Formats: sequence, C-alpha cells, structure tokens
Amino acid sequence: MTTPHRSGGLLARMRRRRSVPRSKVRRRIGAATRLLAALVLAGGLYTAFAPAISAQDAPLSPAAMEGKALFDTSCITCHGMNAQGIEGRGPSLIGVGGASVDFQVGTGRMPLGSQNAQAVEKPPVFNEEQTRQLAQYVQELGGGPQIPEGNDLHSGGDIAAGGEIFRLNCSSCHAFGGGGGALSSGKFAPRLSDTTDRVIWGAMLSGPQNMPVFGDNQLSPDEKRDVIAYIQETLGDSNSDPGGFNLGRLGPTTEGLAVFVVGITALIFTALWIAGKS
Amino acid sequence: MKRRKIDVRALPAKAGNEVEDRLGVATPLRSIINKVFPDHWSFLLGEIALFSFIVLLLTGTFLTLFFEPSLKEVTYDGSYAPLRGVHMSAAYASSLDLSFDVRGGLIMRQMHHWSALVFMAAIIVHMLRIFFTGAFRKPREVNWIIGSLLFWVGFLAGFTGYSLPDDALSGTGLRIASAIMLSIPLIGTWLTSSIFNGEFPGDIIISRFFIAHVLLIPALLVALISVHLALVFKQKHTQWPGPGRTNTNVVGERFFPRYTIKQAGFFMAVAGVIALLAGAMQINPIWLFGPYEAGVVSAASQPDWYVMFLDGSTRLMPAWQINIGIGNGYVIPPIFWPTVVLPGILVGLSTMYPFVEARLNKDNKIHNLLQRPRDVPQRTAVGVMAVTFFLVLTLSGGNDVIADKFNISLNAMTWAGRIGLLILPPLFYWVAYRICLGLQQHDREVLAHGVETGIIRRAPDGRFYEVHQPLSTDHKELEYAGWVVPKKMNRLGALGPAVKGFFKPIERPAEAPVSPGHPPVEAPPERREIESKH
Repeated sequence: MTTPHRSGGLLARMRRRRSVPRSKVRRRIGAATRLLAALVLAGGLYTAFAPAISAQDAPLSPAAMEGKALFDTSCITCHGMNAQGIEGRGPSLIGVGGASVDFQVGTGRMPLGSQNAQAVEKPPVFNEEQTRQLAQYVQELGGGPQIPEGNDLHSGGDIAAGGEIFRLNCSSCHAFGGGGGALSSGKFAPRLSDTTDRVIWGAMLSGPQNMPVFGDNQLSPDEKRDVIAYIQETLGDSNSDPGGFNLGRLGPTTEGLAVFVVGITALIFTALWIAGKS
Repeated sequence: MKRRKIDVRALPAKAGNEVEDRLGVATPLRSIINKVFPDHWSFLLGEIALFSFIVLLLTGTFLTLFFEPSLKEVTYDGSYAPLRGVHMSAAYASSLDLSFDVRGGLIMRQMHHWSALVFMAAIIVHMLRIFFTGAFRKPREVNWIIGSLLFWVGFLAGFTGYSLPDDALSGTGLRIASAIMLSIPLIGTWLTSSIFNGEFPGDIIISRFFIAHVLLIPALLVALISVHLALVFKQKHTQWPGPGRTNTNVVGERFFPRYTIKQAGFFMAVAGVIALLAGAMQINPIWLFGPYEAGVVSAASQPDWYVMFLDGSTRLMPAWQINIGIGNGYVIPPIFWPTVVLPGILVGLSTMYPFVEARLNKDNKIHNLLQRPRDVPQRTAVGVMAVTFFLVLTLSGGNDVIADKFNISLNAMTWAGRIGLLILPPLFYWVAYRICLGLQQHDREVLAHGVETGIIRRAPDGRFYEVHQPLSTDHKELEYAGWVVPKKMNRLGALGPAVKGFFKPIERPAEAPVSPGHPPVEAPPERREIESKH
C-alpha cells in the first residue's frame, strides 16, 4: 500500500479524502465481524475434534497408571499437572519420551535436589521398576524416543569406529579419557566411567542438561552401539592404561603437578641426603 | 713357565706417564681435578637438570630408531585394537608401534617425556635458588643469561617434541601455535606459511619439527650447557658465608675423587627417579587421543606444564581486538598480547635482571659469597612476586580441570585469574617483604640478647624474667655474618643433641635437662650450665 503524500497527484488526494470518513466506524464494525467469524470457526472445529482427543487419553496402561501415581506425588511440583511444565520451574515432558525419564530418574538426577547450574548424579530415589513405570507414563503422554530393551547395548559394536565417533563428537566435553570436563558457569560434562550402556544410550537419545541430542538420525543405532563399545571396553578398561597409574587421565595438568610433587620433591630430598654425606 | 713380576701398585703411575708422554694433558687436568666445590644441597639443583638432560639424550636416541617423522597417510594395523583400521599419519602410527610393539618402547617414551618435565622443573628450581641467593651478581651475569636462555630453548625443545607424535592433543597445540604466529602483525602470515610450507597443517611440519627437535635444538642446548658449565669452572662456584669462607676463596671438596663420586651417585638417583616416574605413572597416552583431525578438540587440552602459563594468559585475556582502518582494514587479534608480547617481556625482564639490580644498587663489586633471601628483602619480594605471577597464569592454564574437579564455575575461575593476576603479585610482594624483615629482626635480636631458653625465672620482688643464653662469652652484641644464627639451645650444645636418623631415630635421644634446678643425672661433664645474668 502506498502511503499518501501531501504533494501527491489527483488520485492520491481523492483517496485521502475518502479514507478519512471511512476509517473510524466502518473499520471497527468490519473487524468485530471478522473476529466473531473466526471464533465461531475455531469453536466449531474444537467441538468437532475434541471427542477424538479425549478418546485417546483414556486407556493408560497399568504400568503407566502406576507411573502417573508416582508422577503425581513426586514430579508434579515442577513439571505440572499434566507434565506440561511450569514456567521457571521445570520443562514440559510431553514428547521427551521414555529415554529421558530412564536417564534422569535412573541416575538419580531427578527428582532434582535443588535448582543449580545443572542436575547432578546421586543415588536414585526410585527403583528400576518405578523408573520403568514413570518412563511408561511419560511415553504414553506424548511419545518420544525410547532406549532399546536389554542391559547389554554394546556387544558387537566396532570399537575403532566408535573411537572415531567419540573423539569427534564426545571428547570436546567429556575429554579424551572420558573423565569429563567443565562447561560455562558451573555446568559440566560428567565422567563416563562406572556407568551402564542404558545410561549412555539414554543420554545420547535425550540430550540431557547441556548435552546435544544425538538422535537416531544423527547417530544411527549401530553407531551408538560402536560408541558405547568404545566407552565401555576401551575407556572403562584399565588395560587401556598400559603406562601405569593414569593420573586421572587429566593430561598435562596432573602430569605437571606430579613432576613437582613426586619427581622434584624426591630429587631435592636426594640432594639433601647426598650433600649431607661428608 | 716363568711368570713376569708386575708391580700392581706402580701400574696407575706408569699408565699415567704413558698417557702424559703422548697427550700432555697433566697440567690442565690437574687444575680441573683439584677444583674445589662447596658442599650444600642447594648447589645440586642445577645437576638435576644436567642429569635429566643426559637421560633425555639417551632415551631420545632410542626413540629416533623407531619413529618415522612423516605425515604420509597410513592405515593402522598394529596391536592396539581400538585404533586398528583407522587412517592416520605415519608419525602417529610409528608412535603407536613404539608404545605397543617395540620392546621397552613405552617405558622409553615415558622416560623421555618425564625427564623433559623434570628437566624444565629443575631449571626453574635451580633458577630460583640462583635468584634468591644473589648468585647471578657480577661476575656471573652472563651465566644467568645463558641459564635463562636454556629455559626458553628447553621450552622449544619440549614443544617441538610433544608435537611430533601427531596425536590429536599435539595437533591442537600445533594449531594454537600457528594461530599465535599468525597474530604477529606484518610478518605473521609470512612466518606461518614459511614454517608450515603453506596453510596449516600442510604435509611437512612433522619432518621440520623432527630435525629441529633431534638435531638443531639439542645441539644448541648442548652448546649452551657446555658454556654454562665451563663458566662455572672458570668463575668458580659461589658459596655461603661461614667460618673461613671469604669473597676470594672457595671452601669445599675437590672435584676428584669425592665430588665426582657424589655426582655419579646423584646421576644414578636422578635416572632412578625418572625411571620410577616412567614405570609407575602414565604420561601422554597418545593412543587415547587418537590421530590428529581438525575437528577433534578435547576438553582439558593443555600443553605441558612449562607452556601452561601461556595457555593461562590466553584464557585470561579479554577479547580485545584492535581494528586499524588502513587500506582494507587491519586487525591485531587479542591472542597477540598474551602469547607474543608477554613472553617477549618475560624473556627481556628475566635476562636483564642482574643489570637492573646492579644499576639500582649502584653495585659494581664482584660477589662470590651468597646472600640469604631474608637479607635482601627487595629482591626476595620481587622474586616472590614473579613466582606468584607465573603460578596464577599456570593455574589459569588448567582452570577448566580445576573448575571441574573442585566444582567451581569456570567463569568464576577465569575472573579469579584475571583479578588474581593483578592483585596477588603486589600482595605477595608485601607479605614476602614483611616476612624477610621479621626474620632479619629475629636474627638481630638473638645476636644481641641470646637464644631463648624457654626458662622463666621469678625474682624475689615478684617480677618474671625470661632467661636468655648469650651467644658471645663477654655479652657483647654480635655482628651478623650473613649465615644461620643459632636459635635453639641444642644448636649451642647446651641441650641434648638433636636426634639423628632420617625417618626413624638411629640412637636414643639424650635426656634433656628438665630445669636448671634439676640437672640431668648423667649430664656430660663438658656441658655448660645455663646461666643468667639479669
């Protein structure tokens, strides 16, 4: 639309003259009519489709019912009545899937101890059965990714291929040795030792805290299997430290500390001892 | 059969004569053999560096027999399963073979790396001893400069060395080094492309670093170390002040045989400690790092400890970029200041310090006697300030590891480093200065009034006195001679001697007198009774 100009031609002046009486009353009436029509349409559509949605709600499986009971006593404060999330407290759980619940609840990160930089691992509040029920409930709420069945999710994986994926995608936060590392403002990537295949799979699938999601489109299930095989069989195995005590696999930081605390200290004591012999 | 009689006792002299007849080395050898070295533990710190350098040469030679300095791409097929079938450079593959398939290769690699760390650490510790005791003063300024250069050349040796295996960690370091070189105004791009023969990483850098690491830099180190030691011989060793020791003599042990035997033993000890470190503690596990790829940057990627202060200064530097509007615009990136300008200033300050101090003190005399750190508070405080500066930077270089392991926010660590770098050095200057003055004052107090005995006497009028043991027989105030003042009664022989034995006593401690009123039953007769003349 062209904006009217004072020094415009005849047509522009005519349009300006016409627009002045029309704008106030007529425009308002027109807007009100359109709004009414839109409301009627939306309401009509809703009444047409609402029964279908509520019909889907009804059959929660028995496990999910148990999960909902647990949810209503332990999770509802932050995640809300229908797991839709509460602004400033907790995110919506609709669509996060069972993988996320398995990871967060199974490692004790949820229920959250306190609102800090990020949730920390602690002894789980719920046992395996309860975790499974909660996961089932969240799964039935809105679907989402799930961890495959079984506890062994790495045998048959290609360790060398997994190592390449690990170094490219994981080491930038979890470090070469899987010892973990610091992120900004008190957040951190945890160490990867003493953990289970399911936890690693769940983390990749759900991208907890600051971790990016490695969904099945980014890393295929076979590649996930490779990565877990590398983490569990190479990093988790003391045979990968053929050089002796690994100093926490923290690289030159602890090596530098060790050379002073052990090496130079021992040598200065030797110097004291030798110089004293006369 | 008739056996010829050999006079065994005459053999060394006869052999010596034969050598002398041919080579004529008796006169120079005699002066070397008769050289006198003062005996103090702090004079052995430089030897740690020297001996670890010898271990470096020996182990390094072994490594060159198996290492292939090439960036040619190969597929690994060695015995380390997690990398089998992975494409990598020949340099990395041969480093893996060295670690897993060469007999004794891993311990040699680890000994080489640990002795490099020990070498640099010993240089620093030795340098601190020289600095805090004033051993760098005239006539030894040149040796101080050579020593400082040894640190920086050792720094280059270390960097070129740990870049050779072409693992992901060393590749990250090399990438940073190329960025640092690029940041230098005007010559940066030329310098980088001439070193890497084009863009980073190119295909020749490992071969170039190899020849620098195994020939050029070691040759420079050997040359500098030789001059360093020759100057110690020529200028004679400094010594602590003490009875019979003056600015013009040296009191100690002859170079041969005592000093030589001790040093041979010390070399064995240094080599032993390095072997122990290498056997017990894993260093630089390149098989975990994987081959270098541009996309691989791990958390906790740090350089070795003697480079870490530059990493720290880079982490603390705010992102202040200078844009100069000449031509198409010219940029001086922030990394230029902490990694080029700062080390430049440090090299200049550290090498020139002896001249600065002489100038400030208007001191042109020759000094062969050392000073106790407390007696020169300004210098000691400056040294503490420098150490604090270095430590803040080094800790900041590892601040992500510290943040992670001690549950501190990384951002808080960075800000603590920034503020600490400005506040802590002057603060510790002041603290060190006050401690020096306090120690000086206590020395003077003891010289004037005697050693505290811990005995309180009460006079008939009710007043209390602490009994002091005067150091001089005629109760005059003694002059400070620049050496340790006895501050405990057992140093004067008045109490039972200190218990001997390093870890556990090798003798029963003598019964100490409980109080002057109750002398020990079997007190040695030559001990003097504690007296008070208040």
